[in-house]
This record gives sequence, structure tokens and C-alpha cells, in this order.
Amino acid sequence: MNLPDKAQLMDSEGIRRAITRIAHEIVEKNQGVEDLVLVGIRRRGVPLAQRLREKISDIESLNIPLGSLDITLYRDDLSTSHVQPIIHKTEVPFSIDGKIVVLVDDVLFTGRTVRAALDALMDMGRPQAIQLAVLVDRGHRELPIRADFVGKNVPTAKKEIISVCVHEIDGDDSVSIQKLHL
Amino acid sequence: MSFQRKDLLGLRGMTAQEISYILDTALPMKDVIQRDIKKVPTLRGKTVVCLFYEASTRTRTSFELAGKYMSADTINISTSTSSVVKGESLIDTGKTIDAMGADIIVLRHGASGAPALLGKHVKARIINAGDGFHEHPTQGLLDMLTIRERKGTLEGLTVTILGDILHSRVARSNIWGLTTMGAKVRVCGPATLLPPEIEALGVEAFTSVEEALEGADVVNVLRMQLERQQKGLFPSIREYARLFALNKERLKRCKSDVLVLHPGPMNRGVEIANDVADADFSAIEEQVTNGVAVRMAILYLMMGGGTANGSVH
Repeated sequence: MNLPDKAQLMDSEGIRRAITRIAHEIVEKNQGVEDLVLVGIRRRGVPLAQRLREKISDIESLNIPLGSLDITLYRDDLSTSHVQPIIHKTEVPFSIDGKIVVLVDDVLFTGRTVRAALDALMDMGRPQAIQLAVLVDRGHRELPIRADFVGKNVPTAKKEIISVCVHEIDGDDSVSIQKLHL
Repeated sequence: MSFQRKDLLGLRGMTAQEISYILDTALPMKDVIQRDIKKVPTLRGKTVVCLFYEASTRTRTSFELAGKYMSADTINISTSTSSVVKGESLIDTGKTIDAMGADIIVLRHGASGAPALLGKHVKARIINAGDGFHEHPTQGLLDMLTIRERKGTLEGLTVTILGDILHSRVARSNIWGLTTMGAKVRVCGPATLLPPEIEALGVEAFTSVEEALEGADVVNVLRMQLERQQKGLFPSIREYARLFALNKERLKRCKSDVLVLHPGPMNRGVEIANDVADADFSAIEEQVTNGVAVRMAILYLMMGGGTANGSVH
């Protein structure tokens, strides 16, 4: 595989501004942060959810609950290969009954991760509503799922690769696209 | 990292990396057991058959629940009510189950090596749930998970296995697993119940409980297998209890933060005193919970799949 062209779509400033805007949109749409909880999808949704929480706390002076979700056990592609993904811990140390859950992930692509996350949340309780916030929506949905809050819409070809780096995991903040020349 | 073996027959020959991988996978499974809705869809459409040629409560129930918590269909066959009483051989029974589409057969058998034999004749993957005096790998794994949770690590710990070593598959799986993970293992029991060459497995053998417990971090007390003691290997149960039972007095020789394990079912007052079994430093109930978690991890690793980088994007 040859990946010569790697173009940056967002730098750390761009990500920061997108997160700030999404935080405001979440507060606006829900008319405050009452009953609001954030749940990041592992791995890179978790630091993004953490940043959203800080922004929302700046805006509303309130710390809202934050959880993290590992969706491995809910995946639909577990039997298609013989290499098993490592399962990380799901940590949602609060009840989601009656809450508005904002799911946070880095990239929205086929929608299958979000489908798995919705099932995982339903097994934990009965939220009042679930909303979805993503840093990048790259299209190519395979399921009827859409995001409520999007940092950046990026039209892509299916074979291109979008990589999101967050400094908590990768050391720096960036969103880039790699074009495949096959 | 993935689980490449067809069958899980024992901990002998398993690498430290493989064991850690199973134990790490068991941790998130514990969260599933502890929540309100104890079910994840991971193994939907998979079939697990528990084929038990020996009596068992906890291991069989544990495997059955582990499968059910992950949405697999689990079936139990106890041989007393099956075609085995009509004289069907192990391999024929296995092939029958295979032909019905089972993905995994969990086998307990009185003969050492029975799971390995069956594994060669069926397409289903075999999990050894205890074979003769050979191995009981999931018990070894759940013991290690319990120790690791309480002590933080396995490396460098001194673990004393006390009791009937000769007849114990639990002892052998513990020995293989713990020595691989870097623990020091001691075995202790009446001389008649210690296999003569046991030290060749990399353990220290003792016939004095007091010496074996000196400075131990963990004591794993084995069940006196009364059903296997017909040959007069020790004079009486009462004498055994007097000389080898783990009681509070003997425990004083261990480290002050000693952890006591017992694979169950316990013969209270024989190999373990009542007040020891129920004390805070015993993790006997935790072992049962961890047993379900470890078996969920094993079922997941043997039946799951997925993409190499762990991402659905």
C-alpha cells in the first residue's frame, strides 16, 4: 500500500475552535445542561468528550458527568476475521436513565460504531434522548444514522483514510486525509 | 495479539503474553456481570455445548452463564442422562454434537487427555473444563486473575498450594500458569499425595505445612478429593485435618497481607478451618465471579474475530 499524499485538514487551533463551537451548540440545542451527560467512544472519542466537558463547564459553570464506552462486545464484525480486538473498560459511573446522552466520537463513517454504541447504551438504561457529536463526518454511511453536531464535513472517497490525532493519545492534535494510489 | 490455538487444553506451554491477554480481557467482562442487564450480543448465533462426564456445579454453571451473558446458546449434557449410558464412546458423542453445529465443546472428563483426543476428531473448538489429574486451565486462570486483582501482579509472589497435589488438576494448571508468570510456587501435602517428580515442574515441595507457609503471599487450598481416596493414602480425614488443615494459627507464618484461595467445593473443617474460609483475606466468592469473567473472556477470544487494528472506521 502506498500512501504518499497526506494532507492536513485541521490543526490544533482548528480542532479547538470546532470543539468550542460544538460545546455552544450542545448547550443551545438543549437549552442548558440539565440532565446532560457526555459519553466518549473509545478511544479517541474519550479525550474529545473530556474537552467538550471543559468547554461546557466554561460556558455554563457546571461540570456535567463524563463516561467512556468500549463498543467491542457490540460489534457486528467479530466473526469475520480471526484477530480479536482488545477490549477496554467501559466506565459510565452514573445512571443514564432519563438523561440526555451526547455520544462523542472522532470520525463518523459507516455508522456501525455508533449503532454498536447505541445498543451498548440501551443495555445500561433508558436515556431520555441520545445525540451524536463527531469531530469529522466523512460520509459513506451504511446505516440510517446522522450526527447532531459536526466539527467538519469532509467529502471523501471510500478508500481514503481519515486520521484524527489527539494530544492525549498521539502527542499532537490534527486531522489529516491520506489518498490511496492503487 | 490473538488466540490462535484451536483448543484450550491447558496452561502448559502458554506464554506469559497469552495469559496476560486473557486476564486483561476478563476485566471488562466483570463489568458486564455486575450491571443490571447482564447480556452483550457478542456471541449471538454461536453454540456452546457443555459435556460433563463428572459431577460439577460451579464450573458447569459458570460456563453456561458465561455463554448466556454473551448471547451464545448454551446446552448442558450430563452424561448420566445421555446416550453415554447406552455405551456411546466419547468420540462418537463428540461427533454427534459436532454434526449438530456446535461451535465450542466444553469438556470435563475423568481421563487425562480426553479433551486433546476429542479435539483431534471434531471441528468444534474444545475447552478443557478439567480432565483427570491433568489440567483445569480456566480454574488456573481465574485463580491468577484473583491474585492479580488483590496483589497487583503475579511476578515475584510466593504461592503455596496446599493439599492433595497428586490428584489435583487445579494444582497442575496453577503450577504451569503461575511459574510462567514469574511467581514462586510451593506445593505441600502428605508425602503420599505429592507426586515424586513434582519438583521437575519448577516448584518446591514440602511435607511440613509450617515450612511451606513461611512468608507466603498466597495460599491456594485444594479440596480433599474424598471420592479419589480409596487407596489408603492417608490414615484418616481427622488426622489430615489435624496435620494439614489451614487454620488461623498456621496462617500466622504467612505474610501479614496473605490471600487465601480455594477452588471449591470446600470441605469445611477438613482442609480449611471455618474462620479462615469466611475471613476478609479469603477471596473464595470473588474467585467464583472471576470464574465467569475468565470464561467469558475465553469464549470471546475463541469465537470472536474482528479487524486487525481494532477499528470499525
